[in-house]
Amino acid sequence: MSERAPPEVTDPDDADSPEAPTAESAEETTAADRTTPETGAESVVTALEQAGAKTLFGVQGGAIMPVYDALYDSALSHVTMAHEQGAAHAADAYGVVSGETGVCLATSGPGATNLVTGIADADMDSDAMLALTGQVPSAMVGSDAFQETDTTGVTAPITKHNYFAGDAETVGDTVGEAFALAAAGRPGPTLVDLPKDTTLDETDREPGPAETPETYSVREEPNSEQVESAARAIERAEKPLLLFGGGVVKGEACEEARNFATEHGIPVTTTMPAIGSFPEDHDLCLSWAGMHGTGYANMAITHTDCLIAIGTRFDDRLTGGVDTFAPEAEVVHVDIDPAEISKNVHADYPVVGDAGTAIEQVDAEMSRSPDTREWAQQCESWQEEYPLTYETPDDEPLKPQFVVEAFDEATEDDTIVTTGVGQHQMWAAQFWTYTEPRTWVSSHGLGTMGYGVPAAIGARLAADDDQQVVCFDGDGSFLMTMQELSVAVRENLDITVAVLNNEYIGMVRQWQDAFFEGRQMAADYQWCPEFDKLAEAFGALGISVDDYDEVADAVEEALNYDGPAVIDFHIDPTENVYPMVASGGANGKFALSEDQL
Amino acid sequence: MSDDSSASAGMPGPAPDERPHPDGRRNAQGIRIDPEAEAEPDSRTAVVSALVEHEPGVLSRVSGLFSRRQFNIESLTVGPTTVEGHARITLVVEETDPGIDQVEKQLAKLKPVIQVGEIDDDAVQAELVLLKVRGDEPDKVHAITQMYDGQTLDAGPRTITVQITGDQDKIDDAVDAFAQFGIIEIARTGQTALARGDTPTTPGEEPGHDKSPATSSDEATDDQTSTTHEQ
Repeated sequence: MSERAPPEVTDPDDADSPEAPTAESAEETTAADRTTPETGAESVVTALEQAGAKTLFGVQGGAIMPVYDALYDSALSHVTMAHEQGAAHAADAYGVVSGETGVCLATSGPGATNLVTGIADADMDSDAMLALTGQVPSAMVGSDAFQETDTTGVTAPITKHNYFAGDAETVGDTVGEAFALAAAGRPGPTLVDLPKDTTLDETDREPGPAETPETYSVREEPNSEQVESAARAIERAEKPLLLFGGGVVKGEACEEARNFATEHGIPVTTTMPAIGSFPEDHDLCLSWAGMHGTGYANMAITHTDCLIAIGTRFDDRLTGGVDTFAPEAEVVHVDIDPAEISKNVHADYPVVGDAGTAIEQVDAEMSRSPDTREWAQQCESWQEEYPLTYETPDDEPLKPQFVVEAFDEATEDDTIVTTGVGQHQMWAAQFWTYTEPRTWVSSHGLGTMGYGVPAAIGARLAADDDQQVVCFDGDGSFLMTMQELSVAVRENLDITVAVLNNEYIGMVRQWQDAFFEGRQMAADYQWCPEFDKLAEAFGALGISVDDYDEVADAVEEALNYDGPAVIDFHIDPTENVYPMVASGGANGKFALSEDQL
Repeated sequence: MSDDSSASAGMPGPAPDERPHPDGRRNAQGIRIDPEAEAEPDSRTAVVSALVEHEPGVLSRVSGLFSRRQFNIESLTVGPTTVEGHARITLVVEETDPGIDQVEKQLAKLKPVIQVGEIDDDAVQAELVLLKVRGDEPDKVHAITQMYDGQTLDAGPRTITVQITGDQDKIDDAVDAFAQFGIIEIARTGQTALARGDTPTTPGEEPGHDKSPATSSDEATDDQTSTTHEQ
């Protein structure tokens, strides 16, 4: 995981010694090449530099101004976003794609509260992210001062830990600790609230190395008895199934996980956050399971006798009703967070530790592979029985799945897909063949509409130059954060936004049809603007597509355009997402059409 | 629109009831169960002790965790230990076994929490209660107070305030006994507890008396260092 360059740090005490640079020598230096910070804010920036941060996403404001002032001379790059929610999502996606800790910053009060959705999103998806928020001066805290919010109070339930930094002397250490803590063990968001006096006050103290706090201990090496029990359980299984969760990607364990699956011939299904952890074009891959996962993945989960789950928290969108989840299976659960063991699904064989290490040790402990020939054949026949497919009659309106497939065909394997939340997200996950980790960037646990565009910006800045970035969004989801398109235009970011526009908040419409007798309350979005013209107003390329024969050209034009492009695909407004496991239902009882719900 | 054709067209494959389904199932805790026998675990009372960093906000983080995760908390006490910067939180929770397990693990995840453990039933447990009763029969009140090894903290013409300490049963009994005089006000602290004998109260907890001399010598070294710097 943490492959950040070790911070070049001198003993903090040395800063006080006569050998340390004096104020005189620091006088003419800029923040970029200074050796000793002069203010709390400079200490914050130094700490970020030392910790290995490269790109920050944020919005200026009164209480955070001292930090921005310190950034003026820093080598850290800063991207001004249109809204703080965009900053948080961009930082989150930057972290997902780069494998580093994303950093966002905002001012106090509304700036901080606007970050909240993005912080909660990162928390639910266990994404390493550091949020820095300005705060009113310490003396005014608690007085309901202008733009004051109890930010640590508001964000306590949605952060791994948060800090109120009340001292310029130690603020750099706190920021370094928060940065390190975000990525340590099971990743998650941390926050440092920075009162204005803390960042303005003078200090000459060099921040120490970015280290996790002593009280946060992570078990990387699994217990050998646990490893042994898990290995025996897998050996004797007749119908073993691997379930890769997001932890496989975050723990950089994809290679170990792939080797384990292929070596032992065990079929693999993934959760949505783990899309790309195992190549979806591999014979053993059953794609992703859960509410809108494939029929064959859900059949496999229902019938396995040994579910080897790695780095997943068994979210209800995956399990459906817990009482019917993998009902015959002994569960081997590998997770670095002991609190996830038996939280939702009882683990018969828990293995607490780093995913890659645990897989390698279980593998080494196994003296034989389970005989999976019959079971693998069964899984294959389910793939033939329940194909992911859709109808494309010529006289029908454009099907969204066709658009997703057209993009998949026109792009390279390492293309990064970001999405908003809704039907389009499911189609993007179902009809695109993911083969590489960190190419699927989406909002899973929180299900945040509007995630797609800011995530595409964060992903673009973290991606390799030759990697393409495609954002699938829905009309409703796009409307929520489309102002970030202005940022993509300003920065000339080469992203393509495909709006699958059905003039509905489509997933809600689908549920209203299925579960509310078709009473379509507030799901109709026919008041949406023309997104191609909107894109042009922002300065991006705008294209509108109504028909099948326009798709290929539009996709090509948008992908070839050097800068942000938006294609407004007017899709079949009645198209629904299937298969579907009803909320709280049994995975094996997935519906293939509305009348099966 | 054409709701009968395209909306319900769906995908190929056998319908839900035409597919094979296994018989097994799990309970609400995700534990596989015998279909013949219900296995919903009963809840029980557990005393959980958490050693925490004595810093602002720690109590709100702990109580926030309990409210957010819907753990049923009976009482919570907190106070500093002999180790500088440490405090002990004693929680009484009413949960199923998997719930108690989760309480401990989720608590352990909090950054300011150093160690967590459930205390055995035989632990030394005590609670303090202050009772303000009507002062009409001071002799009888005094007699009951003595029966429960209590103390009279305040006695006036109209009210008498007494303090009783002990385990939860003793306190409950005392409250019942004082009820005959008419209880005007009551304040209870909730249970606090330590493991019996040499057993550490939280796993791996180091004895405070061994720690404190070391801590104070560390401080002395730090002081010397800083003194040197100042010179």
